[in-house]
Amino acid sequence: MIEFDQITKHYGDTEVVSDVSLTVEPHTITVVVGTSGSGKTTLIRMVNRLVEPTSGVIRIDGEDNRSIPAFELRRRIGYAIQGHGLFPHRTVAQNIATVPILLGWGKARVKAKVEELLTLFQLDPSFFAERYPHELSGGQQQRVGVARALAAEPNLLLMDEPFGALDPIIRAKAQDDLLAIQKHFGTTIILVTHDMEEAFHLADRIAVMDKGEVLQYANPAEMLVRPATPFVEALIGASERPFRLLAIERAGDAVEPGAAEGTPIPASLSQRDALSQLLWSGRPALPVAAADGAILGKVSLEGLVKRAARPR
Amino acid sequence: MAIGTIEEKERSGLRLDKLGIIIAALAAYGAFLAPFATFKANRIVQGEAKAIWEALPTALGYGLLALVSLAAILAFVKSSVSVRVAAALATLVALCLLIGIAADSLTPPGSSYARVSPASGFWLLVFAFALLLADALTRLNPGPGVRVLLLVGILALLGAMLASGHWDGLSIMREYASRAASFRAEAGRHLTLALGSLAAAAAIGLPLGILCHRVDRLRAGVLGVLNAIQTIPSLALFGILIAPLGWIAAQVPGAAAIGIRGIGVAPAFVALFLYSLLPMVANTVVGLAGVPHAANDAARGLGMTDRQRLVAIEFPLAFPVILAGIRIVLVQNIGLATIAALIGGGGFGVFVFQGIGQTAMDLVLLGAVPTVVLAFVAAIVLDALVEATRGRGKVQ
Repeated sequence: MIEFDQITKHYGDTEVVSDVSLTVEPHTITVVVGTSGSGKTTLIRMVNRLVEPTSGVIRIDGEDNRSIPAFELRRRIGYAIQGHGLFPHRTVAQNIATVPILLGWGKARVKAKVEELLTLFQLDPSFFAERYPHELSGGQQQRVGVARALAAEPNLLLMDEPFGALDPIIRAKAQDDLLAIQKHFGTTIILVTHDMEEAFHLADRIAVMDKGEVLQYANPAEMLVRPATPFVEALIGASERPFRLLAIERAGDAVEPGAAEGTPIPASLSQRDALSQLLWSGRPALPVAAADGAILGKVSLEGLVKRAARPR
Repeated sequence: MAIGTIEEKERSGLRLDKLGIIIAALAAYGAFLAPFATFKANRIVQGEAKAIWEALPTALGYGLLALVSLAAILAFVKSSVSVRVAAALATLVALCLLIGIAADSLTPPGSSYARVSPASGFWLLVFAFALLLADALTRLNPGPGVRVLLLVGILALLGAMLASGHWDGLSIMREYASRAASFRAEAGRHLTLALGSLAAAAAIGLPLGILCHRVDRLRAGVLGVLNAIQTIPSLALFGILIAPLGWIAAQVPGAAAIGIRGIGVAPAFVALFLYSLLPMVANTVVGLAGVPHAANDAARGLGMTDRQRLVAIEFPLAFPVILAGIRIVLVQNIGLATIAALIGGGGFGVFVFQGIGQTAMDLVLLGAVPTVVLAFVAAIVLDALVEATRGRGKVQ
């Protein structure tokens, strides 16, 4: 659990973060969104003390984050940034091993961890371990950056626009990978982005920041239904609201009894993608299949349209 | 269509190499119009210029003319790179061998006063075909390792020539023979001056560069002062240093005992050190500034201490640029150390200035040629090192 307690940060006369208090639950993904200059990056950089707050306290699992030296704190917290920040003169394996080596792990343990992570990120260790970052594609570099952040098995992972430099197709894949990884390790993740689409796709809770203040801190559905301010409403995008509402939930949650013709939709697909497939297929309903292929029922156009309507 | 016509023209006509035209012109002038060797009855008198066919036994003379002509034609037309390398190498080796033979055949038997030295034609030919070799090698684009190997090969060849005594008849070698002991001493002094001041500049310049990188306000001041020093002419700097070093020698106990004096090695060393500081500090600052911001931020965020970040990330990434600074300093110092002789600092400059004083060009060459060779070797070796360090982990 991470608690921000009345955090304020001044640079000279300008207040970049003002009096922020919020609590991040363990094993969840919290996304901080805002326009550039809203203070979102400064806020998460205060968690691992790359920036020191002017006033206020950040507590990690109840303990003030200033109770241990900054470098020791940072070794316990994963950190991944936009443009990956890989060390260009070190191989992929050496990059991933950075924190384990700083922590003094044994050689065999480091090697096993590097291989485990590379495999987890679908990068064949025998090929990629000895490559240099410039030999990798943008998507691969980004995956190595996240793998490096996770190498010492941190409970908390900070990500500063980690997917900002990726093209849309690779970005979507990277987001899905991150969700899978989060499930695998149960890591608490605080991620900063300016992309609302990304926020709604990933977040358990979203914090919207503007001019140093947190305007709203809520789960995605609540934020859609009851935006706290006109700014939050504008950020979500009025015309996108029904689709974002569908994007939050899975097709499996919209299953109705009965049978339908056509190619089955996986239950794990978002309701938004299910709607898209229904529209494209021209059918009023499609069957829904569980991961093992068993047909659970159907989703219908009518049902999804009802779900996309403003909840009363 | 336009492309087609150009190609046809190139195919039908004889294709000429632009640099090759210059090389061929130089070679033709050097071989047929300029003197190959100079013969002097003794060290002081005016020399007699001898063309290739006069300086060499008949068969060898015409053989050399034929070889030079053939190589010049190969340079002139667009020949393959390996042919150009072979032509250049063959001509250079022939020139090296034949200048020794010219010395033996021009010197009257038993004469120890007569002097034979290479003349402008010889130097022009060497220059022309060294240019051809360098150009051809550049087109081959060899890796750093191959370049160093080539250098070692050429040095071994030169060493073998010197050791075999083949050149002993040449006047420059005669000057050497009568000064072998002092040549070795001055060579040692030259290297000590050039390398010692480099080591001192690295020891001070690296930390100073790191400090300038970290402290913004220091950077402009330090680089400004070092820039100003760089603009002082070397002779003036030697002069400026005489007073303070003389004062230190007189006032500080023990200073004179370790060799600090107003003239001699101390001011030369200090001047070279001062000239070396700017490239060292500036390249360290530029190198560190070129370290990707994201890599630095990640290093901090992953929990490296400032020292770990400097040693593991910043320094290795800045190293090729710092090494380029060391290369500049070394080549510059090898050249500048020649002037140290003027204030009693020793080095190869001793022969240069003695030679100028006695209007003995051979003695000037005895100082100048080793200096040029040293600078050349330093440049090639360090360039190869810079490239080797850059090659591994490329910075995007």
